[in-house]
Amino acid sequence: MPTLGSAMKITLNVNGEARSLDVDPRVALLDALRTHLDLTGSKKGCDHGQCGACTVLVNGRRINSCLTLAVMHEGDEITTIEGLGEPGSLSPLQKSFVKHDGYQCGYCTPGQIMSAKGMIAEFNMGWPSNVTDDLGTAPDFTEAEIKERMSGNLCRCSAYPGICHAIREAAPDEGTIEEAAE
Amino acid sequence: MTEHLKMDKVQPRLLDETGQGVISTPMPRPEGPLKVSGRATYAAEWKAENMAQGFMVRAGIPKGSYKIDADSVKDMPGFLGVYSDHMVRNSAQGTMNTNPVQLEHEIQYLGQPIAVVVAETFEQARHIAESLKVDYTRDDDVAGDFDAVTDWKEGSSQDQGDLDDAIAKAAFAVDSTYTTPPHNSAAMEPHAALASWDGDKVTVRASLQMLGYNRNEIADSLGIDAANVRLLSPYVGGGFGSKLGIDPASVSAAVASRHLGRPVRVVLHRNNVFEMINLRTQTRQRVRLAADSNGKMTAVGHENWQTNLPDEPFAEPVDTATHFLYGGENRRYGQYTAVLNRSASGSVRAPGEAVGMLALENAVDELAEVAGIDPVEFRLRNIPDTHPENGNAYSSRSLAQCLEEGAEKFGWSQRKSPKERREGEWFIGMGVASAARTNILMESKARVTLNPDGTALVETDMTDIGTGTYAILGQIAAEMLGLPTDKVTVELGDTDLPTASGSGGSWGASSSGSSVFLGAKAIRAKIADRLGCSPEELRLQDGVATGGNNRRPLTELLEGPISEEGHIEPGDQDVAQAGFGAHFAEVAVNSVTGEVRVRRMLASMAAGRILNAKTAQSQVWGGQIWGIGSALTEEIQHDRRTGHIVNNDLAEYHVPVNLDVPDLQVHFVDERDDYANPIQSKGIGELGLSGAGAAVTNAIYNACGVRVYDYPATPDKIFPHL
Ligand code: FES
Ligand code: FES
Repeated sequence: MPTLGSAMKITLNVNGEARSLDVDPRVALLDALRTHLDLTGSKKGCDHGQCGACTVLVNGRRINSCLTLAVMHEGDEITTIEGLGEPGSLSPLQKSFVKHDGYQCGYCTPGQIMSAKGMIAEFNMGWPSNVTDDLGTAPDFTEAEIKERMSGNLCRCSAYPGICHAIREAAPDEGTIEEAAE
Repeated sequence: MTEHLKMDKVQPRLLDETGQGVISTPMPRPEGPLKVSGRATYAAEWKAENMAQGFMVRAGIPKGSYKIDADSVKDMPGFLGVYSDHMVRNSAQGTMNTNPVQLEHEIQYLGQPIAVVVAETFEQARHIAESLKVDYTRDDDVAGDFDAVTDWKEGSSQDQGDLDDAIAKAAFAVDSTYTTPPHNSAAMEPHAALASWDGDKVTVRASLQMLGYNRNEIADSLGIDAANVRLLSPYVGGGFGSKLGIDPASVSAAVASRHLGRPVRVVLHRNNVFEMINLRTQTRQRVRLAADSNGKMTAVGHENWQTNLPDEPFAEPVDTATHFLYGGENRRYGQYTAVLNRSASGSVRAPGEAVGMLALENAVDELAEVAGIDPVEFRLRNIPDTHPENGNAYSSRSLAQCLEEGAEKFGWSQRKSPKERREGEWFIGMGVASAARTNILMESKARVTLNPDGTALVETDMTDIGTGTYAILGQIAAEMLGLPTDKVTVELGDTDLPTASGSGGSWGASSSGSSVFLGAKAIRAKIADRLGCSPEELRLQDGVATGGNNRRPLTELLEGPISEEGHIEPGDQDVAQAGFGAHFAEVAVNSVTGEVRVRRMLASMAAGRILNAKTAQSQVWGGQIWGIGSALTEEIQHDRRTGHIVNNDLAEYHVPVNLDVPDLQVHFVDERDDYANPIQSKGIGELGLSGAGAAVTNAIYNACGVRVYDYPATPDKIFPHL
């Protein structure tokens, strides 16, 4: 057992790059990204798994990065908002959020976009949700499905209408889980 | 040079004459690509060399005194210090301009900031803060229960005519009491600060709404000169009133940094945000209304009861809109306050209207019902000709159009009586409410620079808290200077720049927008001069100046940059000035469980010139959704014994989530307010919330015949009465 406050050496694969770091085992994945790797695009809204602002993809699946420790992710493929695109070469979802004003202050936005990315992948795999009527067939990409699956991402600016419009329009241009993990 | 205007008289509508055609358009936010790619940098995301990390320590008792036992933690790894000097009790009130209450080792509510622990890393600081021994001396005389208060202090009151007599003689009357719970702003970005000192000067990267005031507040809290404080808030992750005044993070970071001689970052934990940052007060409201046999109102009474901590210079202006929205000769207002050992009360989005309009618009609905008049028609009949108390004219007021056009677009004529419309196990109903929000102009300055290469720069310490400031100020400058919007850069959120109004009270866009307008207007005068025409003749479009018989590109006309400062100040005008609107809602109420689902909403809004149709729509969406929250789910719950907040996180305090929000429509009624400011615009962000929740609860009544008087309208308050 490492002693309290002593560092552990780990390597994370973040946005396709191997990043080595020494972290206190108490460091959440979110804090490793924000503080140790200077990837501050992932936001901390609650540090409790209650708001979704910290959503990233781990091996293609969306998770709340505040609820998991960095040392648990040795070797995992982590995708953050910085990995989706940057000004001048934004991803379809990112562009669509700008076009439809799917934000106001922008603080929940990286989490919304990463969550939307992960959600689209879940759809592609035919995962049902709480509002899916028939569990036997693949769900339709309806407004209610989007809203239900995006309800773990709070937006106090209340940009939900813009968020839904943005996701709907970008969805056809967003890839499958295999492509998302590239 | 400074172009100064005191808004004493009506100004020409220059923005209707200019030719660039970018003002009012739904231009996407220029900072959008930074936000969607995670490159916009908020307060907690800056670093400084040799930076230490702080974590707040909260009071574990509701009342008493405390001593910090620093020895209990000094050997823990990473420990740098624990400080409790200059500690602010809670965040400063909006436009306070001085320090908030600072207590010496005294506790007045559970969760109050009592110290800051600083360590090398965040994890160490958090662990030390949680391990720190605090010696408390308890005072058991705790007042935590709103309902148990008996010693209400009478605050402001106003009487006109004879309310009791008018009600006794009226054909129709309503006397209803409503209660609203405390609300939390719950901006998604927790308050944070990074402070560093250079000699006597401190720079604080913080998350604040009104930097001009905040600089004075920080200086006063630290006992230093405001000239030695620089604040930076280029991106603010939502405010909603919670960042109007300085917060414990910014003061603690500065104090700790001064002690340690190294930069310190302090980020409030979400629980701290709920407890240490001012909440909207709980209210009790009694509304008495009366009308004659034609449905004309003859009496309006609105009294409210609310609480705060000792020595807080703020009371929720609950009855603000009640004063001018509807007619009736006999009027009475009263405010009663009391002190409780609970987190401080302060401004939360639309202070006053957010809860006052819930009660007023529910009571109007009740009065229309007893008078047997359609609620839209009832409101139309009671729009007064002039301000019902002082007789002033309204600067602009499109309330009737908002109600009429909104009703038309919403399909109001399809509305039925309670329990008449049913789909499966759901009752369906519609509700309406008026919206009103006083419009305010505040002093504001901005510098506008036009460069010879045909680009322009706008600089002001104004903030963009999500409200669209970057977009709007760029559009105003581009429109005035005849430039494409991508040629204009907007720099915000730095107290080294000219002092703006700040973001609050829905005055930000109009006030700071007016200062940019004035700066650009002064530049136009110089260009006209160089072109040899009058400013009235000058046309500027796509970087080309036309006037007299001349036509020349700006790149040729300018030898160097032209820089002008715009300065707007409010003036004296005898008009009643407010934004107006109407909210419509359709809800489904489950006949078995009492659950309410909002099915659709429409907001019909008039707020003068709309400066950006996209960001204005988003502001109204925000208001509608906050309306849904206040109607159905949002409620801070205090323990009656200790006054502490039981639901101090985002899992238990229920802000609306995506699935709670149906299709929302926003309709703007075209309007100009010539008295408001030189750009004829009025605030929209709080107007969109005013009345929105009442439309939802009025729809609940129309669906199932149950009136909820105790907000929020959770199923337990509905199904027993179905
Ligand atoms: S910060 Fe992780 S869910 Fe809120
Ligand atoms: S954009 Fe501000 S919280 Fe979502």
